[in-house]
Amino acid sequence: MHSASANTWLLRAFACAAALLLTSAPTIAGQSDPQDFTQISKGRYLAILADCGSCHTVPGHWRFAGGLPIETPFGDIVAPNITPDRETGIGAWTDDEFDAAVRRGIRKDGSPLYPAMPYNAYTKMTREEVLAIRAYLNTVEPAHHAVVANTLPFPFNIRTAMRVWNALYFTAGTYRPDPAKSAEWNRGAYLVTGPAHCGACHTPKTLLGGDKTSRYLQGSKIQGWFAPDITDDKARGIGNWSVDEIAAYLKAGHNKASAATGPMAEAVSLSTSHFDDGDLHAIAVYLKSVPGRQDTAKSLPADDPAMTAGAAIYRDECSACHMLDGRGTPKLFPSLADSSNVRSDDPASLIRVVLRGARSVATATEPTSPGMPAYGWQLDDAQVAAVLTYIRNAWGAAAPAVSAEDVTRERSRLASRPD
Amino acid sequence: MARRLPKKDVVIIGLGWTGSIMAHELTDEGLDVVAIERGPWRDSPTDFPTNYMQDELRYRIRHELFLRPDQLTFTFRNKLDQTALPIRSWGAFMPPNGVGGGGVHWNAETWRFLPSDFVLRTHLTQRYGAAFLPDDMTIQDWGVTYDDLEPHYDQFEYLCGTSGTAGNLKGQIQDGGNPFEGPRSRPYPTPAQAQPFGATLFAKAARELGYKPFPQPSGNLSKPYVNPLGLRMGQCTYCGFCEWFGCGNYSKASPQTTILPVLIRKSNFSLRDNSEVIKINTDASGKMATGVTFVDTSLQEWEQPADLVILSAYSMFNTQLLLHSKISQPYDPAANTGVVGRNFTHQTISSVNGFFDNKKFNFNPFIASGSIGMCVDEFNGDNFDHGPHGFVGGAYMGQVQTGGRPIQTTPVPPGTPKWGAEWKKAARDNYLSTVKPGTGVHGSFYSYRDIYLDLDPAYTDRFNRPLMRMTIDFHDNEIKQNRFMTDKFAEIIKAMGANVVEKEYRKAPYDVTTYQTTHLNGGAIIGADPKTSVINRYLQNWDVSNLFVLGASAFPQNAGYNPTGTVGALAFWAAEAIRSQYLKHPGPLVDA
Repeated sequence: MHSASANTWLLRAFACAAALLLTSAPTIAGQSDPQDFTQISKGRYLAILADCGSCHTVPGHWRFAGGLPIETPFGDIVAPNITPDRETGIGAWTDDEFDAAVRRGIRKDGSPLYPAMPYNAYTKMTREEVLAIRAYLNTVEPAHHAVVANTLPFPFNIRTAMRVWNALYFTAGTYRPDPAKSAEWNRGAYLVTGPAHCGACHTPKTLLGGDKTSRYLQGSKIQGWFAPDITDDKARGIGNWSVDEIAAYLKAGHNKASAATGPMAEAVSLSTSHFDDGDLHAIAVYLKSVPGRQDTAKSLPADDPAMTAGAAIYRDECSACHMLDGRGTPKLFPSLADSSNVRSDDPASLIRVVLRGARSVATATEPTSPGMPAYGWQLDDAQVAAVLTYIRNAWGAAAPAVSAEDVTRERSRLASRPD
Repeated sequence: MARRLPKKDVVIIGLGWTGSIMAHELTDEGLDVVAIERGPWRDSPTDFPTNYMQDELRYRIRHELFLRPDQLTFTFRNKLDQTALPIRSWGAFMPPNGVGGGGVHWNAETWRFLPSDFVLRTHLTQRYGAAFLPDDMTIQDWGVTYDDLEPHYDQFEYLCGTSGTAGNLKGQIQDGGNPFEGPRSRPYPTPAQAQPFGATLFAKAARELGYKPFPQPSGNLSKPYVNPLGLRMGQCTYCGFCEWFGCGNYSKASPQTTILPVLIRKSNFSLRDNSEVIKINTDASGKMATGVTFVDTSLQEWEQPADLVILSAYSMFNTQLLLHSKISQPYDPAANTGVVGRNFTHQTISSVNGFFDNKKFNFNPFIASGSIGMCVDEFNGDNFDHGPHGFVGGAYMGQVQTGGRPIQTTPVPPGTPKWGAEWKKAARDNYLSTVKPGTGVHGSFYSYRDIYLDLDPAYTDRFNRPLMRMTIDFHDNEIKQNRFMTDKFAEIIKAMGANVVEKEYRKAPYDVTTYQTTHLNGGAIIGADPKTSVINRYLQNWDVSNLFVLGASAFPQNAGYNPTGTVGALAFWAAEAIRSQYLKHPGPLVDA
C-alpha cells in the first residue's frame, strides 16, 4: 500500500512537470527543429561571428535579454530582447519575421529597424544561416524582459525615415564569392563584410550614418573612440602586420605591436577570441588585400617645439614601459613605434588613452590584461598634445601634429562619458 | 545573528601570497573556493599607477597600503613582568591589508633558507653540543627539510620569474652565485639584475677581503618574463620604489602580477573583500572546522560553511585567529605548556652607513630596486664556526640600497645637526656619495621561552575580543650576533673607500617604534611533535585536520634571510599535500 501510493504520487509529480514543460515550450519558434544539433551548433557559432551577445546583453545580466543602450550619433537605441520569451522576446516570431529583421532590417510590425542593427552586413548571410541563429536562440533560457528600443529624440524617432536611409545606403543580398580569389580570401571577405560586421565600426560614416564606401575600413569615430584603419595601409592601417599577427591580435587581443582596449576589447572578448583559427586566418588574408590610402604624411622635424617638449615628457612619463625606442614589451606594453593605430588621422583614441588610461583585454591565451594609468590629472592639454605629437612622429614615423585644442575638445567630451 | 551562506568546498582566509597560491592550486583541482579578505581589492594599473605611486610621503610615511591600527592592533611589551600597551601607529613592522597582502609592498628579496636551517637544533647540537645553546632558547627542527621543499622553492621562483645567479646547481658550485646555498634543481628563471655602482664597489671590496659576493635574488625582474600561468611581467626600471609601494610596471612579483589575473577568470573562484573573518568555527567535537564567520563593512555577520579551511593571513593574524577560535592549546610560558603563540620571532637587522669623498664617488643611489645589491653569505646560518664567538645564528650582509627616496634617504655624517643650514649642506654634500644599505645586516632571530603571543588581559578590539599581546625582546645571543655581523660588514664598507663609517648596531630593548622588517614569524609553528607545534609537516593543524595554516607563522625560529621565498615554498608544499594526499583521504596526514 505504502509503495503504491508513493508511486501514484511520483506519477502525478511527473505529469505536472511534463505539463509545465509543455506550456513553457515555444509553440511557434519558427520551423526549426529543437533537436537539430547540427543546425543549433552552427547557429551558436554564427551568433559568435555576428557578436549578437555584445549588443543584446547587458554585461553581467541575462544573456540576450536586451536592454543595453547602443550609442549612435543620433541618440541611444536600446537593443531588444532576443531570447525565446513569447511576450517580450522573439518566441512568437515566425522564421520569416526573424529573417526579415536580421537580413532586411524590417521589424515584426513591418516598420524599419534602425541600422544600429547591422542588417546591412547581416544581409550577406544566407537565410539558412540566419535560421540557424534562430534555432540556437530558441534554445537559450527565455527572459521575460520588456525593452523600449526606440529612445531617440525627434525627428530621429520617426522610423519611416529609415526607408530613405535604406534607399541610400542599404543593398540587400547574400555574399557573392569572387571566383578569381581563393576560397580562404572569399571566406574572409564574407566574414568581414557579413556576420563580423567590421565596417560597422571601422568604416567612416556619412552625416546620415551610412558607410562612406570609398573609404572602406579606413577608420571611424565610435563611442568616444576612433576605431582605427584596418586596411593594408602601412602608415595608418595594419599593413605592417603579418597575416599571423592579425590573427593573433583577434585571438588573444594582443600581438607584438598592439593590444585591444575599449570597444575592441569587448569584440575580442565576446566574439573574435572564440573564432576558429581558420576563420581568423581568412579574415587576416582578406584584410591584407584591402588597399588603404595612398597619401603619406610628412614627419615633423625633430626640432619642432612640440617634438622637443614631447620627447622630454615621453622620457619622463612613458619610457619606463614603452621604452626609449618606443618598442615596449611584446604583449605587455604596446610598441608605439610599430602601432600604426598611434598615427590615425583622428587622434581621439590616443588622447583618450592618455587622459583616462586604458585596460587591455584579458583572454584565455593572454590573461595578463595590462593597463595604463590615466594622465589627465597630471598633464595639461598642451603637454598631452606635445607628447602625442612626438609619439606620432618619432622612430621614423609621420602623422599630423595633435593640437592642444584637439585635447581640450576630447577632454570635455570625455567629461560627460561614464564609460 | 550571522546569516548563513551556501557551503563551499574551501574557504581561504586572506588573499595574499599564500592564499592566492592555494586558491590557484585548489581551483585547478576543481574545488569551489571562496577567499575572504579583510582589506580592499587591489590591482596593478588602477591601484599602483606609475605616475603617482612613487610618493614617499603618502605610502611610506603615512602607511597608505597598511592596516589601520584603529581597525585592529596589538599590544606590546618587552618582558613578562611588564604591562603591555596598544600599538597606535605601526613602527617595527607593517601589517599588510588588502588583496595581495605583503606581496604588494615587499622588496621582493627572494631567498631560500639554508638546508641546516630546517634541522637547526639537531645541527647545532651535533656540532657544538647541547650546552652551547642558551637554556631558554626554544629553537627546533621544522619536520620538513630543504630537500622536501626544493621543488617548491623552484615552483615559487618560476611563478615569480626571480632574477638571480645560481650558486649551487645540483651540488655543483657555480661562479658568481652564493656558494653556501642548498642545491637547486635548475638556474633562476631570469638572470640577476644589473648592479649599480655602490653594489659593484661593495662586491669588489668583499672579493678583496676573501668573500664570495653574489647578486641578491630579486623578484624585480631583470628582463621580461612569462610565468607558467601565462602571465607577463616587464623589466624593472630601477625606480627605487618597491618596499612600501605597489609596482605598476608589472616588474615586481606579487599575487597581482603572477596569479590573480588567471585566478579571477575561474568560475570556481570567488572573493569577498572588505570582510574580516572573526572566527574559525568548529563542530561539537572541536576536531573539525565547519567554516568561518566574517563581518562585512555594514557590520553584518555571515557564516561561510566549508569543508576545508585555509588560514593564510599575515603571520600575526593567523595566530590571533587561532587564539580567538580556541583552536589548539594556547602557549603558557610559565608552565611551558601549549602551542599557539609559541616561538614568536622577528629579525635582527642593523646597518652601516659609509660616507665617501663626494669628488671621487657618485653612487646615484636612486637607481635601485627593492632587491638589488651584492651580498655575502659567509656569516649566515652555520656557514662559519660559531665555537669561538659564543653565539649562534647569522646574517646575510650586503650593499642592498633599495632607493634614494628624498625623505628617508638623506644621509648625513655623524655629528651633523638634525636641522638647519648645516644639515641642509651636509645632506646636499652627501646624498650622492653615501652608501646607506636598507638592510645591510639581515640577521636571524632565534626563539625563546619568554618571547610569545597571547591574548591581552585588558585591551579589546571593536568586536570586544581581546587584542593579541606581543611579548618580545632581544636576547644576548642576538645582540652578540649582531655586534659580530655589523663589525664584519663595516670592514667591507671601509674597504670600499669610505672616509667615515657609521655603525648602527641593533640594541636591546626591542623597539616597536622604528622599522626593522615586517618579518614577524612563529606563533603557529610547524613541527614533528604536537606538544611543541601547531601544525604538522604539511601545515595541517594537529587538532583540526581540515584546517591548514600557511605563512611565516609556521617558522619555529627565523633564519638570516627574508622569509617570502620560504613562505611561498611552504604554500606550494602544503598545496601538493592537499591535492595528492588529503583530498583522497581527508583526515590527519601525520599521526599525532
